[in-house]
Amino acid sequence: MRRTLPLAICLIMGIVMMVQFFVPHPISVGFYDLTTKWIRIVSAFALVLGVGSLILYHIDRLQRKRPGWAYSIVTLIALVGTAITGLGWGVKPGAPLQEIIFKNILVPLNASMFAILAFYMASAAYRAFRARTKEAALLLIAAFLVMLGMVPVGAAIWGKLPDVAEWILSVPNMAAKRAILFGVALGAIATSLKVILGIERGWLGGGK
Amino acid sequence: MHISTDIWTWVAVILTFGIFSFLWKDNPFYKFCEHLFVGVSVGYTIALTWYNSVYPDLITPLFRQGKPLYVIPFLLGLCYFFRFIPKASWLVRIPMGFVLGWASGVAIPAFFQTNVIKQIQGTLLSPALFARWDVFLWALISFIGVICSVLYFFFSREHKGALKVAAETGIVFLMIGFGASFGYTVMARMSLLIGRFQFLLRDWLGVIR
Repeated sequence: MRRTLPLAICLIMGIVMMVQFFVPHPISVGFYDLTTKWIRIVSAFALVLGVGSLILYHIDRLQRKRPGWAYSIVTLIALVGTAITGLGWGVKPGAPLQEIIFKNILVPLNASMFAILAFYMASAAYRAFRARTKEAALLLIAAFLVMLGMVPVGAAIWGKLPDVAEWILSVPNMAAKRAILFGVALGAIATSLKVILGIERGWLGGGK
Repeated sequence: MHISTDIWTWVAVILTFGIFSFLWKDNPFYKFCEHLFVGVSVGYTIALTWYNSVYPDLITPLFRQGKPLYVIPFLLGLCYFFRFIPKASWLVRIPMGFVLGWASGVAIPAFFQTNVIKQIQGTLLSPALFARWDVFLWALISFIGVICSVLYFFFSREHKGALKVAAETGIVFLMIGFGASFGYTVMARMSLLIGRFQFLLRDWLGVIR
C-alpha cells in the first residue's frame, strides 16, 4: 500500500498523459489544461517545503553561531522583506517589488553574478584551448571565429566574418546539436518510461 | 559627468561592485551580496508563485468560485507536509507519484516529437533544397554531420573500418559544435558584462549617453 499506491498513481497519470497527447478532442485538451494547473498548485506546496528548509537551515546556523552566521541574518531579512513587499503590494509593474527590489537589487545582483563568469570562462578557455590535439584545435578555431564574428571588430577585420560565424552556428554546430538532441531525447524517453513502469523507484526513498 | 543622486542607483552600484569584488578574492562584501541575492530571489519567487499560481489557480476556483475539483490538488499539496509526521511520511509519495507520472507522460510524446521527429525532418534532404546549390551543399554537410555524429555515439560495435571513418568525422562536427557553443556562451556573458559597465558609466556616472 505504502509503495503500491504511489506507483499506481504514477503509472495511471503517465499512461493517461501519453494517450491524451494523441487525442485532440476538447475534453482531452481540457483535461491537459486542468492537470497543468494542478501541477502548478502541487509544485507551489513543494516550494513551501523548500523555503521552510532554507529558513530552518539559516535559523540553525544562527542558533549554533556557525562560521558566517551573521550572513544568515541578511538572507532571512531579505527573504522576509521581499516576500512581505510582494505579497502586500502585488507583483504587477509599478508595484514596489518590481520598481525597487527587482530593478535595483535583483537585476544588478543577477547580471553581475553572470557577468563575472565571463572572466572565469576566459581563464578556463586559456587552459582548455591550448591546441594540443587536432580536435582541440578545431574547438579553438570554431570558438574564436564565432566570438570574433559576433562583435563589430570582427566585421571590421573581414566583412565576411559574421557570415562565417553564422554558417558555423547553422551548419556544423546544428548537425552536432541534432545528434546530441537525439541522444537526450532517447535518454529522457527511456527514463520517463522507467518511472512510469515503476522500474525506476529512487523517488520513493527509503523505508517501507 | 553627472553622477546620479538617486539612492536606488547607488544601491545597485554598491551591489554590482560587491559581486565584482569576488574577482579579487572571496570577501565579506561579496558574501553579503551573495546572501542578499539568495534571500531576495526566494522572497521574489514566493510572491510570484502566490500571485501567478496559488491565487488564480487554487484560491479563486476553490474558495471563490466553489469548484470542488480543485480540492484534489489542494489535498495532494497538503500531503507534502506529512513528511514532518514520521508515521505518515509515506503519504509524501502520493503527490510525488502524481507529479512524476504526469511529467513523464507529457515528456515522452513531446520529446519524441520535438527532439526526434522534427530534428529528422529538418535533417532530411527535400527536393526544395536542390533549387540552389549552396543551400543543397550546406544541407548535405548537415546531413552527413548528423549521421556521423550519431555514429560516434554508437558503442555497440568497435569503431574500425567504415564506422571508424564515420565516427572520426563525427568528432570533427562535435568539436566544431562545442567550440561554437562555447564561443556563443562567452559572448552572452560578455554582453551582460558590457551591460553592467554601461549601467555604471551611463546611469551612475553619466559619462556616456
